[in-house]
Amino acid sequence: MRVWVYGDDINTDMLFPGKYTYTCSTAEEIRPHLLEDLDPQFAGEVQPGDLLVAGKNFGCGSSREQPAVGLRSAGVQAIVAGSFARIFYRAAINQGLLLVECPEAVAAYQPGAAVTLDAQAGEITVGGQTFRFPKLPPEILAIRDAGGLLPYTTRALGG
Amino acid sequence: MGKTFAEKVLARKAGQAEVVAGQIVIVEPDHLLTHDNSAAIVGKIGAELKEFGIARPEMPVIVLDHVIPAANEKTATNHRITRDFVGTYGIKHFFDVGVGVCHQVMVEKGLALPGDVLVGSDSHTCSYGALGAFATGIDRTEAAALLLRGQTWLKVPETIKVVFSGELQPPVSAKDLVLTIIGDIGADGASYSAVEFHGDFTGLSIDERFTIANMGVEMGAKVAVFPVDDVARSYLSSIGVGADRYESVWADPDAHYVRELTYDLGAIEPVVAFPHKVDNVKPVGEGADLEIHQCLLGTCTNGRLSDLEIAAAMLDGRTVASGVRLLVLPASKEVFEAALDRGVIARLSRAGGLVLPPGCGPCLGAHQGALAPGERCVSTANRNFKGRMGCKDAEIYLASPATVAASALTGRLSDPRKMR
Repeated sequence: MRVWVYGDDINTDMLFPGKYTYTCSTAEEIRPHLLEDLDPQFAGEVQPGDLLVAGKNFGCGSSREQPAVGLRSAGVQAIVAGSFARIFYRAAINQGLLLVECPEAVAAYQPGAAVTLDAQAGEITVGGQTFRFPKLPPEILAIRDAGGLLPYTTRALGG
Repeated sequence: MGKTFAEKVLARKAGQAEVVAGQIVIVEPDHLLTHDNSAAIVGKIGAELKEFGIARPEMPVIVLDHVIPAANEKTATNHRITRDFVGTYGIKHFFDVGVGVCHQVMVEKGLALPGDVLVGSDSHTCSYGALGAFATGIDRTEAAALLLRGQTWLKVPETIKVVFSGELQPPVSAKDLVLTIIGDIGADGASYSAVEFHGDFTGLSIDERFTIANMGVEMGAKVAVFPVDDVARSYLSSIGVGADRYESVWADPDAHYVRELTYDLGAIEPVVAFPHKVDNVKPVGEGADLEIHQCLLGTCTNGRLSDLEIAAAMLDGRTVASGVRLLVLPASKEVFEAALDRGVIARLSRAGGLVLPPGCGPCLGAHQGALAPGERCVSTANRNFKGRMGCKDAEIYLASPATVAASALTGRLSDPRKMR
């Protein structure tokens, strides 16, 4: 498992350039361009189970959901950040992507530190230190646990 | 304890006597806005649409604006898929290529009204706070689910109160004001929060309020909202919306706020958001020597008639500096035609401006006016992120229409107060 570390205010243009927003919609089209203008190595090297650790206001900017779709499709286990911008926060829930809002864990992270996550317990361990992070309210957790908003909605409609 | 705007409008919409910040409510939005992303949205739910249909044909508003006219086969096909969807499912509010930028169209067509709850798969949906609406951005998947089910959840936000006094001193304008606020509180300064504007803002026109509300998301806000006053009522009346069509909502005097800020508008000076963050705000003078290659006047932030008029007045009878490309994007066809009738387009064009169709154009780098490595653009748009205008090695400086026009004349980032 690799931990990819980034700074504050990582916006959605850095996560997925705006010039592709109307030509790339499927996960397969999105993945080669993930983080293209931020970290050119990422798209080629990310592996299922990897983690992103970032500062505050992760995912700010455009409402484009391609970053959440692409990161989920690439198998990213979770994004751990000081805080998230609100549209990205919803987009991640709607894709079933785990977000961990925990500035203490981000502050504790040192290169090479082991990170383990227990989403059910709402706990993250960084280099031996364990931190609690806020869990989603049950009605919102149900969306993520259904695998995202579309499966959840289809089920609600009786499909 | 009194209630904030957000608490009152969401309680009403959720059919509850009262709600408090932090609570989650289920609402049926008055409208759902989508644009060129409509094709991708309906593409997610092809089978579900056939099985369940759409929940409320009067709810969706679709405006083709982001890549117009189509730049290539792919974007043309997206537009065609959208038109087919509109026809098949009887979508009542559809505006094809050329009507304008979605946020301007929502307002001009009377689809964003005081007290409404509006969501859109575009982050600048918050613009309609200028008219006292609770308006916020969502992602494509949520828009798809809304088409099917007609409802979604919202967390009732906490609220920040911003109190204005005094009057802006032209050529200082609303863009300088909102950039100053963003510079002060930061790109996440209003995260998850509602921002209410209070105090004396009667001097701020509806156009200026749109500029301010539009950039609410650049401070992280969920909504950024003005109360409905005579200026707003007069605007609504001018587009044929009588007071019987809406019920405005505003905060109680004793509402609870998590933070309060005050601004003397008379003290605001021309500022610029330097690359590559919107909160990297500095006085315009700090960039006085920077050579400029492109100037962008327009977009959903500053593409209304008064914005074009400010620039035209400054450029009248002069010509833009050699080597500078001045791109002009009226926010809508209505704005374009009003500017045409008033001679504004002629003045901008004769000064060297290139008038583009009323769409999003260069703002998101998808087509029209992309930048080359090493180039600098001064823009009235709302984002200066790295790569935003198609090139990660270019620089974008966000400024007011007056500052963009002044910079176009000199070829350097310029203080509009020195150009009059």
